[in-house]
Amino acid sequence: MPFLFENRQIVTPGDLLAEGDYLAGFNTYKRDSKIYASRLGLVEYKGRKIDVVALNTFYIPSVGDLVIGKIVESNLHGWTVDINSPYPAILRTSEALNRPFKPQRDDLSEFLDVDDLILAKVISFDRTRDPNLTIREPDLGKIKYGQIVKVSPAKIPRIIGRKGSMIGMLKKETRCNITVGQNGLVLVSGRNREDERIAIMAIKKIEEEAHTTGLTDRITEMVRKERGEVT
Amino acid sequence: MTEKIVLVNEDGIRTDGRKLSELRPIKLEVGILSNADGSAYIEQGKNKILAAVYGPREVHPRHMALPDRALLRCRYHMAPFSVEERKSPAPSRREVELSKVIREAFEPAIFLEKFPRTSIDLFIEVLQADGGTRCAGVTVASLALADAGIPMKDLIVACAAGKAGGHLVLDLNDIEDKEGEADIPVAYMPSFNAVSLLQMDGLLTIEEFQQAINLALEGCKQIYALQKEALKAKYQAIKESTEVTEEE
Repeated sequence: MPFLFENRQIVTPGDLLAEGDYLAGFNTYKRDSKIYASRLGLVEYKGRKIDVVALNTFYIPSVGDLVIGKIVESNLHGWTVDINSPYPAILRTSEALNRPFKPQRDDLSEFLDVDDLILAKVISFDRTRDPNLTIREPDLGKIKYGQIVKVSPAKIPRIIGRKGSMIGMLKKETRCNITVGQNGLVLVSGRNREDERIAIMAIKKIEEEAHTTGLTDRITEMVRKERGEVT
Repeated sequence: MTEKIVLVNEDGIRTDGRKLSELRPIKLEVGILSNADGSAYIEQGKNKILAAVYGPREVHPRHMALPDRALLRCRYHMAPFSVEERKSPAPSRREVELSKVIREAFEPAIFLEKFPRTSIDLFIEVLQADGGTRCAGVTVASLALADAGIPMKDLIVACAAGKAGGHLVLDLNDIEDKEGEADIPVAYMPSFNAVSLLQMDGLLTIEEFQQAINLALEGCKQIYALQKEALKAKYQAIKESTEVTEEE
């Protein structure tokens, strides 16, 4: 059976995408051998598999994801972290410190306090329990400098680009260090404010035009133009 | 009452100049509130309704959370200035009932089981009312849900049909609703041919009832096409503008 839409055409929930022996991929579902879209997005036919690339989503944690979070509460055995998701994350002391922790001797707020931002990795999540985080890996932990940009989690793959092409270009052109959290928060730290401003502008533009083609070239052009005016 | 209102004249034209099976003009817009996760606005005739969606998010109060699925909460509310005589802003009996039936209309369409222990909050605010606000409310709310990126089996679309001035009519306005003989609001999922809300007040014979339902479903299908267009419009404009600049 032929496909009912063109590749990368916008589809809405309930649109019939294909009928017959196909596999329901992301943001689609199967009912009586028919594949329907379940979110607003761009349809992608990949052989037998049919995906919809969502135009707007929220972050659902997944094991191994790198996330940027904010400490909202500290209690006896660890911290509660807001990771821009329906589920609050938990960071236990054993995943934060390299030595045993004694509540009667140590003060948790000495390590991380409310409103601190951290770069962390999700180590477990199964929807029945809140996700657990770890910062016991190189480069993880408290964020000390830089600026945070918030984007829709649906646009994160676009900011990274195919095999990191977009993010690689951005880092090179803006001379900023850019860390992308899968939960829709991006950390930008550059040598000066101006570099950071341009990087943030580029990220916002990618978010807005994520569903268009030839974006990497347009962003490169924009960044170069901005830099040209400054220097 | 001294004078009887003529709802349908001898040419089959209604009080607002419509034919018997004609919808009111509809304008839909998606993503108009930046604070909400998803939002939409509808103008259907003189109706003006805003819908906002928050979530999935943590449930407050915590004890309301469901262990196996998301909690869907809905508030249908009419602004005090939405009708001619000031409406008390407190939720009336009618608003509480409509909130419940609208919530129940959406429950089968949303994949609630994918997000246990969270809540999805749906707000429908009627700014100006002119009959058929529950249907228009369902139509916008479904766009707001899609805009929020909440996975759904299908968009829900609602439309009323009924009897006014002795004729079966589509999409009743305020005066036809109040002075007419019967009103049947229907919420519908067109991809599955499934009805998720059906109410009726007034009197109809069984044949008239069946005809009225079919009329309402036809109306739903017309509005469904407008809904899809409105959702795509938000992103299509940006897409086209970038394609133009590339050609240059």
